[in-house]
Amino acid sequence: MSENNAYWSANLRLVTICLVIWALASYGFAILLRPLISGIEVGGTDLGFWFAQQGSILVFLFLIFFYAWRMNKIDRDHGVDE
Amino acid sequence: MDQTTLNFIVVGLSFALYFGIAIWARAGSTAEFYAAGRGVNPVVNGMATAADWMSAASFISMAGLIAFVGYNNSLFLMGWTGGYVLMAMLLAPYLRKFGKYTVPEFVGDRYYSNTARVVAVICLIVISVTYVIGQMSGAGVAFARFLEVDRDTGLYIAGAVVFVYAVLGGMKGITYTQVAQYCVLIIAYTIPAIFISLQLTGNPIPGLGLFSSMNEGLPGAVEAGVPLLTTLDGLLTDLGFNEYTATTNPWLMALYTLSLMIGTAGLPHVIIRFFTVPKVADARWSAGWALVFIALLYLTAPAVGAMARLNIITTMWPEGTQGEAVAQEDLPDWFNTWEVTGLLGTDDLNGDGRIQYYNEASAEGQAFAEANGLEGNELVTFNRDILVLANPEIANLPGWVIALIAAGGIAAALSTAAGLLLAISSAISHDLIKSVMNPGISEKGELLAARISMAGAIVVAVYLGLNPPGFAAQVVALAFGLAAATLFPTLMMGIFSKRMNSAGAIAGMLAGLISTCLYLFLYLGWFFVPGTNMLDSSQYLFGIPPTHFGPIGALFNFGVAFLVSRATAEPPQEIQDLVESVRIPRGAGGALAK
Repeated sequence: MSENNAYWSANLRLVTICLVIWALASYGFAILLRPLISGIEVGGTDLGFWFAQQGSILVFLFLIFFYAWRMNKIDRDHGVDE
Repeated sequence: MDQTTLNFIVVGLSFALYFGIAIWARAGSTAEFYAAGRGVNPVVNGMATAADWMSAASFISMAGLIAFVGYNNSLFLMGWTGGYVLMAMLLAPYLRKFGKYTVPEFVGDRYYSNTARVVAVICLIVISVTYVIGQMSGAGVAFARFLEVDRDTGLYIAGAVVFVYAVLGGMKGITYTQVAQYCVLIIAYTIPAIFISLQLTGNPIPGLGLFSSMNEGLPGAVEAGVPLLTTLDGLLTDLGFNEYTATTNPWLMALYTLSLMIGTAGLPHVIIRFFTVPKVADARWSAGWALVFIALLYLTAPAVGAMARLNIITTMWPEGTQGEAVAQEDLPDWFNTWEVTGLLGTDDLNGDGRIQYYNEASAEGQAFAEANGLEGNELVTFNRDILVLANPEIANLPGWVIALIAAGGIAAALSTAAGLLLAISSAISHDLIKSVMNPGISEKGELLAARISMAGAIVVAVYLGLNPPGFAAQVVALAFGLAAATLFPTLMMGIFSKRMNSAGAIAGMLAGLISTCLYLFLYLGWFFVPGTNMLDSSQYLFGIPPTHFGPIGALFNFGVAFLVSRATAEPPQEIQDLVESVRIPRGAGGALAK
């Protein structure tokens, strides 16, 4: 049972890290923090606009694959993989 | 050969493909009918999920939705993709491990209560039926536009096509037709986009072209080497439109984005797609692949929108906004073709033989009109969908590309409708008939019940498509809001809180359901009947429009569920053991044998 608890907290830690990045890329850089990074120019507009129309989606993609890869490793480390 | 004949041939070939798949992928058992036998490769499932998810609206209207507003409507791009992160990390793998067929089944078993199961079925049906109305009418419109049949005939054809493969093949048939439909729709969407991007910026990847600089030799006094977005911003502000890249209200934008993300993660017809893969690890990978295939369209859409809008402005102002507008007789052929359909319309108000397009509603636009002797915007009809529909012609592509767009639009509508219909019919045959009303039903009997429910759901959907309730536009907001406020929190707590019990979950779901409906009804009218609204948009609570209410309904759900569960007894030991087992991937394959 304690092995399962360790597995579950490792999962929760990973999910938390991923969701912080998820929120930062979308609600952060693309929307609320856009004024802070407005000085950085990308292709005729600012970095916040790029995050809103492209960057956030690319970050989401990276996050899901990163999560799947890390989680499968955590599964094996705790001996709960299939 | 004329264009309509060509459209018929290409669309007919795509239907033949779907029917072929339907015959090959007949369902022989309930496991195949509900979950495609749990044997779907994660990449294939990702592709099917993308088609399941992207509707006729994504295909035809998304680019226009963004291009006519600019930055602010990026929230649709983020909202409809970011939900997959939540689904991949908080729901899909665990629900796959649970190893059953429907979303209400998890709710009913995890909360050891048929009341919870029935409340979940009600939420699912409200969400999916409202969603399917839009898909059916979208399919009707797609047929009408491309094949020149009337809308109602289009709807009957759409219903009949879905009937063949969904009733025969259930999830198995739907999965493999969705894969074919995805291929059709993504090819149709990207080919014109690539050509337009090449024309404007020389970059073959539209998503990169959006942030590139303008090509040489373009009309509209466009300066070569200036970034596309700077050019577009300049043209739009000259004509009195909002700057493309400007922000309006960041907090409301964030709230609406969150509503769409949580709503997406809670949509049952998407969740059940992840029940079809063999293992928990596959469910995780599959969510990533789904987003890859969705992103191919979602990264292209904003580029298509911005470029098409730029193209239309330079068509209307071939010498730039300071020069003469386009003369009526010089309008390009594609413009005249679409004028016939009523999606574009001109009216030479000042009688100078030229068509001036600008924003007559803004002060800057009025000043522009005064300086140039204009008496109103003369591009009187400018349907947003034109930005996708007319693209092949704007880019001078051959007729078969236009026909492909027709097949793509229809594929997008059919694939989403089929996924929704499966979610509805499995909730009826599996959750209401098998779990609540007649637990003793045989495997054969249930399969028959599933097929009959599917047929019934299609008939209802066609009927609703023919007679869409007047509130069809508002109900899509209802679908996302309700998914966010009811199913998402309840599913998530079922996995992440061992302490959550049936009383808490039921109270939470009802709190989310009632608060969301109440907020919508107060501002949009009771059951959306016009004129029965008790408050208007100037009285929004904290300025929050009803479309943005999802996250607040979800908060009510979480809060009420927490309080009620703490005040009542903890769930029995076997339920806590169930939660333990759902959290661990090992053993998911065992559900296959069941």
